[in-house]
Amino acid sequence: MTLTHILAFFVFALITGQVVPARFRTTLILFGSVLGVYWMQPSTPVRNLDFWLPTVSIVLVVLVWAITRPVNSEEQTARLLQWRSLAAGLLILGAVLTISLTRYVEPLCCLTPTRPPGLLQVALALGIGGVAAAIPARVKAPRQSLSWFFFILLVALLVILKSEALSRTASALLRGMTGQQPGLASALDLPWLGFSYLSFRLLHVLRDYQAGKLPAYSLGEFASYALFFPAYTAGPIDRSQHFIVELQQDCAETAGGRTWLCGSGSDLAAGTQRILWGVFKKFAVADTLAIIALSPQNAVQVQSTLWAWVLLYAYALRIYFDFSGYTDIALGLARLMGIRLPENFDRPYLRQNLTSFWNGWHITLTQWIRMYFFNPFTRFLRTGSRALPAWAVILAAQMGTMLLIGLWHGITWNFAIWGAWHGLGLFIHNRWLNYMRSQGAFLQAAPRLQRVLNLGSWFLTFHYVTLGWIWFALPDTDTALKVLANLFGIG
Amino acid sequence: MTDNEVLRFWRNVALKGLFLFLIVDLVLAAWDPLPALGRISAYNRLLPGRVRLPYGDDPQQSYNLSLYSIDAMFASHEVSAGPKPPDEFRVLLIGDSSTWGFLLQPEETLAVQINAAGYWLDDGRRVRAFNLGYPVMSLTKDLLLLDYAMQYEPDLIVWSFTLESFPKNKQLYPPLLQNNVPAVKNLLQTYGLQLEEASSLVEADFWDRTLIGRRRLLADLLRLQFYGVLWAATGIDHHIPETYTAVMEDLPADNTFHDLQPPQLQRDQLALEVLLAGVRAAGDTPILFVNEPMFISQGENSGIRYNFYYPRWAYDDYRQILQAESQANGWDYLDLWNAIPAHEFTNSAVHRSPAGEAQFARLLADRIIEMANESH
Repeated sequence: MTLTHILAFFVFALITGQVVPARFRTTLILFGSVLGVYWMQPSTPVRNLDFWLPTVSIVLVVLVWAITRPVNSEEQTARLLQWRSLAAGLLILGAVLTISLTRYVEPLCCLTPTRPPGLLQVALALGIGGVAAAIPARVKAPRQSLSWFFFILLVALLVILKSEALSRTASALLRGMTGQQPGLASALDLPWLGFSYLSFRLLHVLRDYQAGKLPAYSLGEFASYALFFPAYTAGPIDRSQHFIVELQQDCAETAGGRTWLCGSGSDLAAGTQRILWGVFKKFAVADTLAIIALSPQNAVQVQSTLWAWVLLYAYALRIYFDFSGYTDIALGLARLMGIRLPENFDRPYLRQNLTSFWNGWHITLTQWIRMYFFNPFTRFLRTGSRALPAWAVILAAQMGTMLLIGLWHGITWNFAIWGAWHGLGLFIHNRWLNYMRSQGAFLQAAPRLQRVLNLGSWFLTFHYVTLGWIWFALPDTDTALKVLANLFGIG
Repeated sequence: MTDNEVLRFWRNVALKGLFLFLIVDLVLAAWDPLPALGRISAYNRLLPGRVRLPYGDDPQQSYNLSLYSIDAMFASHEVSAGPKPPDEFRVLLIGDSSTWGFLLQPEETLAVQINAAGYWLDDGRRVRAFNLGYPVMSLTKDLLLLDYAMQYEPDLIVWSFTLESFPKNKQLYPPLLQNNVPAVKNLLQTYGLQLEEASSLVEADFWDRTLIGRRRLLADLLRLQFYGVLWAATGIDHHIPETYTAVMEDLPADNTFHDLQPPQLQRDQLALEVLLAGVRAAGDTPILFVNEPMFISQGENSGIRYNFYYPRWAYDDYRQILQAESQANGWDYLDLWNAIPAHEFTNSAVHRSPAGEAQFARLLADRIIEMANESH
C-alpha cells in the first residue's frame, strides 16, 4: 500500500463508516474491496496478468463461498441469503466488467496498471467462473470432496507462487499462452498481490466447513471478509466467524447515539489515530531504517563486526515497524468502518522467551497455523499406533509448525532454516521451562535473581530472534553464514 | 467519554496541530534553518567523515547522495573533523568529477593517493590533501566551494579544471548553484562577476521556504546521516558498475565547441574572471591552477578533435589563452593536458583509472612540495 492508496482508502472508509447509512456498509465494503484488489495489484510483464490475477482471486472467493455455503439453514434465512448473494454477485460482476471497460478509456485509466483485456474475454472468463460457482451453489448435499479439491488447489497455487522454479515455469506457460517469449520468464512475473493472506483465509473457511463450524452468510459478507481491502495485502488473517459477526452487528447499538451509522465517534478517533501511527511507523521509521538495514547487497560489503550488528539491529527494528505499521493502518481503516480486526503484534521484542515472542509476533498467522496444523499434527503424533515420547512430539510439532511458517514466506533454504531456527528455539524453551518448573521455589525465594534472569531472558530472546532474521533477510545460505561469522568476528 | 466528547477532544487536537504546523511554517519561512541544521552532523563524531563531498545519483548502491546544503556537505567531510593540526600542511583540491574521483574507489582518489604517499616538508609538516572536488563542470561552482572552504585554513589550494568548465554561458547551470542562490549572488556581487545567466538565479519564494517547500531538503539532511552508517560500515561512497562504455576513441567529424565556431576561441568567451575571483577569495593562500590531463584520441577524426569534448582548434586556443593569462597574473599554473597516457582514461575524456590517478598524484605532489617549500 502506498500513501496514495492509504489516503484514498481513508476517505472511502470515512464515508463508509461515518457518512453512509449502516445498511449500505457491506455493499460499500464489498465494492471498495473489489476495486481495491485491482488497484493495488502491481504490474507484471506477462500481458494482462495484472488484470487476471485479481480476477482469479475474486473468482476463487466466489467458488469457495459456493462450496462452503451452508445448506441447512432455515428456509426463510436461506432465501434471504440467496437474494443477498445474488445481489452481491451482480455487484461483483458489475464492478469487474466496469474495470474491464476502462480499457476503452483514453488515456490509460484508472485502476489497473496496464490496459485490461478485451470485454469479450473478460465476459467469457466471468461466465465460466459464474457457471462453475452456480453448480456447487445449487447442490444441497454436503460438498466435502469439492472442498478438498479446492483446498488442494489453493495449497498448490501457494506452493507454485512461493517456489522460484515453479513460478518461473508457470510464468513461461503464461507467456506461451499470451504469445510472449517464454525464455524471458522470471519468478518475479507473478506478483499475485495478497494471495498468501487470501489463500489462508480461504483454507480456513474450507477446513471449518469440513468441520461443520461455519455459520450462514451471504456472498457479499463472505467476499467482504476474504477481500477486505484494509487487510488484503498484509493481514491480519481474521477468522470469518469473527469478521462476519463484526459485519452483521447491529450498528445502531454500537454507534453511540448516531443510530444510522456504523462507525461511532470513538471509532473515528481511534481509527484515525491508529492510521496516523501506522503511517508514521511504516513511512517515517521503517523506511528510514530500511536505508541501513541488513540487505543482500550490504551483507557482503560490511567490513566490521560492530557495523554488522548495527545493520542487523536496524533490520530487526525495520521489519517490526514496517509490518506492524501496515497492521496499524489496516486496523485503523477497519475501525473507521466500525469493524475491529484482531491485533497482529503485541510488543514482541519485549518478550522474555520465544514462545511469548510468537504470541506477540504476527499473531493471526501463528494462531492460524496452531489451529490448522500444530494442534491436529500434535494429536496425530500422540494418537498414532506407536506413540512417541513427549519430547519427540514437541520437537516434531514445533519444528513442523515453524518450518511451515518459514515456507509460507517462500520455499527457499533460508526460509526453511529460519523456520527450523525458531522451531529449535521453541523446543529448547519448552525443555528449559520444564526444568525451571522444578526450580520454581528456589527462584521465588530469590527475587533479585529472578529479575536478573528476566533481563537475561529478554536479552537472549531478542538476540535469538534478531540472529534468526539473518536467514530471513538474505537470499542464500552462503551469505547468511558469512554475516553470522562476521557478527562473531570469525573469518 | 461519550462519543461527542471524544470527537470534541480530537477536533481540538487537530486544530492545535494545524495551528502549530502553521506557526512552524511561518517561522521556517522567515528564518532559513538549513545552514544551522546542515552543520549538525553525525559525521566526524559517530561516523567517519567522508573523503569526498557527498554526491550520488543512486544512493541505494553508492551510499551517497547529491544534496544542496553546502553546510551539510562540508559537515560530512573529513575536512570538518576538527581544528587543523599544527604539523599539517593542508592542501585543498578543488575541481570537477576527475578531482572527485568518478569511477574510483575512495582509496584510489587523488587526495587519498597523495596522502598515502606520505609527503613531508622541510619544516616537518606533513602534506595532507582534502578532496573538495564536485562532479559538475563549472568554474563558478568551484569558486563557491573554494569560498566556503577557506574557513578550513588551507595552506595551498590546487584548482584543477578543463576547458569544459570555462564557457561563460554554462557557469550557473549546476543545480548546486541554482539551489544556493543567495550564496551565489553574494559571490557575483563580491567579486563583480558579470555572468550571462545571472538572471536565471531565482531565490526561493515564500512557499518554497515553508516546511512543505523544504521537505526534500530537510529529508536529504537526514538521509545523508543514514547513508553515513553504510559509508562507515562498508567504506563505499560511489557505485562503480562492473561494465561501462569506454571513452570514445572514434570521433564525429565535427569541429564545433558548444555554440562556438572556428577558427579562434576568444578570451572573453571564457570565464577567466572566475579564476581571478578565486585568487581574491583565497587571499594569502597560494593557488596552484592545473589544466587537468585529458584523453587524446588516435581514432577516426582525431585530426579534428582531441576527444569527445574538444575540437583541436578550441582546445589549443584555450591552452594558449590560459598560459598567457597565468603569465600576466603571475599565477602558479601547471598544464598537464597530455601527461597521462590514453589507456588510463575510463568512461570519459577526463576520468582516470587508478593507475592514471596515481601518476597524476605524483606530478601534482612534486609541484605541491616545491610550492610549499618556496612559501616559507
